[in-house]
Amino acid sequence: MSLLSNTWFAERLGDHGIHSEYLEDHHPAHMPCLEIRRLDWAHAAEEAKRLGMRLVAIWAAEAGKHDVKAGKRRALYTYMALAHPEHRHALLRTELRGDNPQIHSISQHYIAAYRMERTMQDMFDIDVMDTPDNRPWLKHEHWPESAYGLLHTFDSKTPLQSDPERLDVDYDYVPCDSECAYEISVGPVHAGIIEPGHFRFHAVGEKILNMEERLGYVHKGIERAMKGRTASDGLKLAARVSGDATVGHAWSFAQACEYAADINIPARASYIRGVLCERERIANHIGDIGAICNDAAFAFMHGQCARLREDMARLHKEAFGHRLLMDSLVIGGVAHDIDDATCQKIMQQTLDIAEEVERLRDIYADTASIQQRVIGAGIVSIEDAKDIGLLGFVGRASGHYPDERIEEAYAPYDALNITIPTGKLGGVSTRVWVRFEEIANASRIIIQLLEQLPKGNIQTPWTAPEAGMSGFASIESWRGEIAAWVRFGVDEKIDRYFVRDPSAINWLGLELAVRTVPVPDFPLVNKSFNCSYAGNDL
Amino acid sequence: MLRILHQIFKVGTITEPLVPSEAFEVVGAKLQNTIKQRFRGSLAIRLVDAGSCNGCELEIHAANNAYYDIERFGIHFTASPRFADMLLVTGPVSINMKKALEMTYNAMPTPKLVIAMGDCTINCGVFGQDNYAIAGKVEDIIPVDAVIAGCPPSPSDLIQGILATLTV
Ligand code: SF4
Repeated sequence: MSLLSNTWFAERLGDHGIHSEYLEDHHPAHMPCLEIRRLDWAHAAEEAKRLGMRLVAIWAAEAGKHDVKAGKRRALYTYMALAHPEHRHALLRTELRGDNPQIHSISQHYIAAYRMERTMQDMFDIDVMDTPDNRPWLKHEHWPESAYGLLHTFDSKTPLQSDPERLDVDYDYVPCDSECAYEISVGPVHAGIIEPGHFRFHAVGEKILNMEERLGYVHKGIERAMKGRTASDGLKLAARVSGDATVGHAWSFAQACEYAADINIPARASYIRGVLCERERIANHIGDIGAICNDAAFAFMHGQCARLREDMARLHKEAFGHRLLMDSLVIGGVAHDIDDATCQKIMQQTLDIAEEVERLRDIYADTASIQQRVIGAGIVSIEDAKDIGLLGFVGRASGHYPDERIEEAYAPYDALNITIPTGKLGGVSTRVWVRFEEIANASRIIIQLLEQLPKGNIQTPWTAPEAGMSGFASIESWRGEIAAWVRFGVDEKIDRYFVRDPSAINWLGLELAVRTVPVPDFPLVNKSFNCSYAGNDL
Repeated sequence: MLRILHQIFKVGTITEPLVPSEAFEVVGAKLQNTIKQRFRGSLAIRLVDAGSCNGCELEIHAANNAYYDIERFGIHFTASPRFADMLLVTGPVSINMKKALEMTYNAMPTPKLVIAMGDCTINCGVFGQDNYAIAGKVEDIIPVDAVIAGCPPSPSDLIQGILATLTV
């Protein structure tokens, strides 16, 4: 699995006087982790931006138990992951000092960093300097101020009791003093079958002036709950970070573990993973296209799409034991092999569904009532999309096209020729168009994978790596890139898991997309993004 | 328009007598009778996701698709707890959703039937009860009338669970 080590970023940093050191205990070598000085942190981000890299994530981690020197305080590190379209991923790490750990914000270079930096403040008591926004994010107002969920000193095993004094404290929403504007608050319990979150609208007449998201309601302490689990136990948790992207999350977690332990999975297993992930992509796109149309009162499409999605769920149950494909991966491979008959069935259904979708697409395209609603609604400009680094189909609708199946080219996609739709207009109709294209592409990929399915095992035996080893993986799920970082501690147990769902970045795009949109169009635009609350809140 | 009609006729009615087991038919019929009796053919359900992974929500959506068509039993999902007969809760209750769950429950008129859906509501599932961010199982927060096991429960399990609550 170890490709050649990737020194490109280290060299570029060196050109600008930023010294970096390659960390041996991190894998894979083609996505290296470089230690830099704390004072170079923001400068390194600035250089990365100039080099055309996008921000993948920023997070923090305490040193593991194995790494604590007697009599010394536990070290605290911050990490930054960046990606270049040609030179792949690189991680940066720096150590924070003293009792009041501080780090410079990188939000002025990468705006997508600011919520992740707020999370670092919430969970580690890190002082992020010069941040444009230092309000708490996941740490809601009722939490005791002294609670920092990811510090080892925090009692993570008992449910946190609200601070009675803080129960009525309100979040510091962006105010609007204008006499012409009015405010609408929605959530956390929304109208409909949907996850919880709060949206605060400022509207003038029927147009939205500003929309502010307040998330974190379904924060379940996933990163902390992962601590102390074995890899295979942890996989069940990772598969439930966001249930609709269970294959993507399980894959990114499993691959980070496999990288850390330096094991290769059999080719057959990686092909089956590809099939699972592409099927998940199709099922979600179909479901969402139906739901988008439903939000514009085109119930026919909704009915047809829900039917197709159900057909897929039933075959998933039959072939992989779960309607949503949960727990279909194991560390080192996949849980279920496919025999020839099942293989034929999956191919046939994939073809049938792709054909039906094309027929529905024609109807959708020719129905003026739905077209009038979707064309031009909820636009994110190319400039904004690149600035934020929007991921997946949302990025691909707005001129920003990162796709890890091409850039990272992990197995089985390294053996395929992947094409991606490249939209530019950035509205609801473009996002729907990208989704239709992706359904067609994914079905071609599935057929190719199944036709060329290699023979052999579906699992490699798993042995956990030594304490201190970490692995990083980046998987293109249906929403976009899922980045996962896993570090092992003593007794083969995981001691830190960080995951960044694409929603954590794409939610920012929604805030921009709904500006100047009529309030009743919000559900339509929102659905066209369909960001995960669970994946964002962790 | 013609193509829409063509597609509709070609697909036809696909609504199933819910799972090829006869038990389920009985379930359907019983459900309808009970609802007729107690809710005059209209049971309004309000869903609260109290911290789910969103897998349970996918299956609630599926219960509304043409195969299961939960609405044929007079069951529908409503936007407000104010006119809901039943509260359907998913997920372990996160500390950040506890208050909203309580408020939603309090906003409902009696009889305030509550169904807890999914393994998360039974034992907090994979997220665990020894977790700072989880306030507890649903029944630790509000009274529960029935629980439906599964991760997530299938659409037909969901419908059966609703029946079980109404026949007690
Ligand atoms: S029961 Fe399973 S599917 Fe439902 S919310 Fe919990 S983890 Fe997700």
